Amino acid sequence: MMMKKDYLIWIAIKTGLLSGVIAIFLCLIGMVEVFSKRDVIEKIITLGDFILLATAVSAGVIAARATSNPEQQKQPLKNLIAGALAGITTGVVIAAFIGLSQQINLRSVFLSASPSLFDLLTFKGGTNWIWMYPAIGMAAGLLGTILFLLPEKFRQPITRAIFITFLLALFSGLFRVVMINQSDNIAKAGKYLFGQTGLTLSGAIIFFVAVVSISMFWSAESTNLQKGFARIPKKGQTGVRVVVFAILAYMVLMLPQVSGPFIAQVIVIVSLYALMGLGLNITLGFAGLLDLGFVAFFAVGAYTVGLLTSYGIFGLQHVSFWVAVPIAVLVSMMFGAFLGLPVLGVRGDYLAIATLGFGEIVRLLAGSDFLAPFFGGPQGIIGIQKPCLGTLGEFVRVDVPRICNGLEFAGPKEIYYLAVASAILIAFIALRLQRSRLGRAWMAIREDEDVAEALGINLIQTKLLAYMLGAAFAGLGGAIFTVLVGSIFATSMQLIVSINVVSLIIVGGMGSVPGVIVGAIALIGLPELLREVSEYRFLFYGAALIMMMLAKPEGLWPSQATLRELHHDDSGEDSEIASTKSSQAKA
Amino acid sequence: MRTSLGEKILDLAVSGFLWGFRILIVLIVVLGTFLTIRAGKYTGEQWIDFLVFGISQGSIYALIALGYTMVYGILRMINFAHGEIFMSGAFGGYFIATWLTVIGFMDKYPVLGLIASMLFGMLISTLIALLVERIAYRPLRGAPRLVPLISAIGASFFLQYTFRGFFGPGVYAYPSMKALEGQWNFFGIGILKVQIVVAIAAFIMMAILYSIVMFTKIGKAMRAVSENKDVAALMGIDVNRIIVTTFALGAAMAGAAGVLYALTYRQVNFFTGFTPGIKAFTAAVLGGIGNIPGAMVGGLVLGIVESVGPALFLDSLGIPRPYQLKDAIAYIMLVMILLFRPSGILGERVSKKA
Repeated sequence: MMMKKDYLIWIAIKTGLLSGVIAIFLCLIGMVEVFSKRDVIEKIITLGDFILLATAVSAGVIAARATSNPEQQKQPLKNLIAGALAGITTGVVIAAFIGLSQQINLRSVFLSASPSLFDLLTFKGGTNWIWMYPAIGMAAGLLGTILFLLPEKFRQPITRAIFITFLLALFSGLFRVVMINQSDNIAKAGKYLFGQTGLTLSGAIIFFVAVVSISMFWSAESTNLQKGFARIPKKGQTGVRVVVFAILAYMVLMLPQVSGPFIAQVIVIVSLYALMGLGLNITLGFAGLLDLGFVAFFAVGAYTVGLLTSYGIFGLQHVSFWVAVPIAVLVSMMFGAFLGLPVLGVRGDYLAIATLGFGEIVRLLAGSDFLAPFFGGPQGIIGIQKPCLGTLGEFVRVDVPRICNGLEFAGPKEIYYLAVASAILIAFIALRLQRSRLGRAWMAIREDEDVAEALGINLIQTKLLAYMLGAAFAGLGGAIFTVLVGSIFATSMQLIVSINVVSLIIVGGMGSVPGVIVGAIALIGLPELLREVSEYRFLFYGAALIMMMLAKPEGLWPSQATLRELHHDDSGEDSEIASTKSSQAKA
Repeated sequence: MRTSLGEKILDLAVSGFLWGFRILIVLIVVLGTFLTIRAGKYTGEQWIDFLVFGISQGSIYALIALGYTMVYGILRMINFAHGEIFMSGAFGGYFIATWLTVIGFMDKYPVLGLIASMLFGMLISTLIALLVERIAYRPLRGAPRLVPLISAIGASFFLQYTFRGFFGPGVYAYPSMKALEGQWNFFGIGILKVQIVVAIAAFIMMAILYSIVMFTKIGKAMRAVSENKDVAALMGIDVNRIIVTTFALGAAMAGAAGVLYALTYRQVNFFTGFTPGIKAFTAAVLGGIGNIPGAMVGGLVLGIVESVGPALFLDSLGIPRPYQLKDAIAYIMLVMILLFRPSGILGERVSKKA
């Protein structure tokens, strides 16, 4: 079927208008201006330019895709026209926006529509240069179309390379600092590849070429390599695995020494969120009980450790961290049962809201003057004893920390080991639980409570265990968080923490243990590392949640069961093989 | 049927626990009320102040709650971004109100000025709600229940931080309206003008919405869709259009509420919508979610309990600064309702299967 010409033009213009509006949106929320202070490639393209260009390029890709018919062969000319037109429209919209801003003062409503933004957009030349926008837009749109038209063999490596180079550029400041602190040669290489605020030109080219070639090599040879690995005798395979594992373990051990306290702290925070995520993954992922007040258990763990170990005025016992942690985990467990009991009969959305209420009640009570004699109220609990491997000196008097004879977990570089070890241990426990009788009972409840009960599963007991174990994991996270920060304030137990945890599970893949780790890295780790653009952290967050739900509701690393549930019409009802195949294709 | 002794004990423990919880709360309420009234710390006038503030606050909650309840009634989905829709209405009203104040219109015709700000606030929130529905909710219709909820949480964040980007993190002070300053005297009791105006405006809005839902053709269609989507579609109702209308109506109410809320507190910023949003959801659940008169009653009850409660229940129990626990009272009410009467005050008895 031939598409009508005017239809094609309409699609292209519509796409262009949309992406132009998105570009204006990015300008008005101030992102373009803030991001233009950072480079992607030093002295060549700033992050601000990059996101504006990206809107035009994606307009090109989308227009090309919309105008190509999957049943027919590609019609490059038509796609190119559409892509170019979409790009031009984007440019025209931006130019019109700049023109408009010269006529009326947008600043009186939009804070970010500042003169400096327009200086940036007009290259400080007034309206003299705005004719460039349609031209640049056309080029970008054509680039997008060409990307789309490239055969699969080249397209995938190139998009992958652009993506990875972009990521490296975002984190180049970090890499630079880390590499400069190493031996001479590494420092030199670091300076050569990474600039202060972005990649150097040579660095960008090297990374781009490297990723393209590795990726092309991999897609050509991966099956051969896998076959080759399978041909190695069993013992050899185990050997290879052990070596890989040892290298990984060594890297994990050495990382804080190499990278410095900032990255160590980020990893600690990621591990803590992973701990909470693993806990919620039991209640939500395995047993299907949506808990929006999960931060309460974190708070219980934190406060228990704080009260037991603090040398401040609220300290009760002055025991060591190692004694306090098991107690904190136990107390959290009991608290999990305590909050779980009343909501046993509540299901679905109502459960989410009831637990949200519990979480808020806990925070409000802990921070109120009413309970201030016990929990410090708004002033919080300070002076928490750091964990100590070795003997701990006697408690002298209030506000004087006890002396540690041995290794003290003083800062993020040391607590890193504690947090990572706990996360690994808990992940292992969660994996074992998933396969156990209890884990299968949880999943039965998740799928259908009534059927599960009919099959002889004790609902009360099983649900309570889910709450208790989930709470225990979160409590452990809270305990470690306390010693990391050295103080507890009720204000750090906000609802947003619970929502973060739910989101990271969903993004990672519900009910999947590796998914929790991936989700924690993606949603907590990356934004923590990108502190400079942290103003827009939650904006990205919101957009990411929506886009995940639209495009990939099963998560980044889904569990098999979820995949089967969400895609069971395209992989066949019960055929195990078909669903695993589709999951491999997805992964 | 085999039930071991252990299971029986567990069952007993659960119901014992629930009863203990009920008795504890009732005890606090009864004892606190008794002691407060005996102590006579507050005068009658103060109680009336609390009550009027509660009604004006509650009517705002009720307006927001209508949006939650209507969307839930039709889509069985918690529109988590509704609080942000409310906030956008407050911002929309702010810009018009400021402009009208600057050109002197507001002082000359305060009623018209107020109506204009409310209409503009409603327009802005309706537009945003329609966008959110189109982008974040419509493609997910028919997905598992958790999926649209998460998308709504995402939309909530996205809107909050979009407004932060547009208008900065600062607090915008609403222009003062001379006509709303001071108080009116009724039988010797002074009541703030703002509170009366807010309550009246909110009640008018509710009456308009109620008549739309009850007496127009589109309202009838809305009720039909919320009863049963498939059958409504068979009767020739365009379900999609009804859903969009529902979102628009709910958002318009939230936008009006946003302007009224900002009139009471005289300020707005990007985070304004969060707490009232959750409170209004509480109100919707309180009245029986999906039930329109229920949302109104729930909002009023919540507003009054929140404003009277701390003084009445907690003050004489020796709790310092009971107003810190105002929100806690609201949440405890929410939890109690969910546990013991999930169908709400006006809702018909439904099974616990939400």
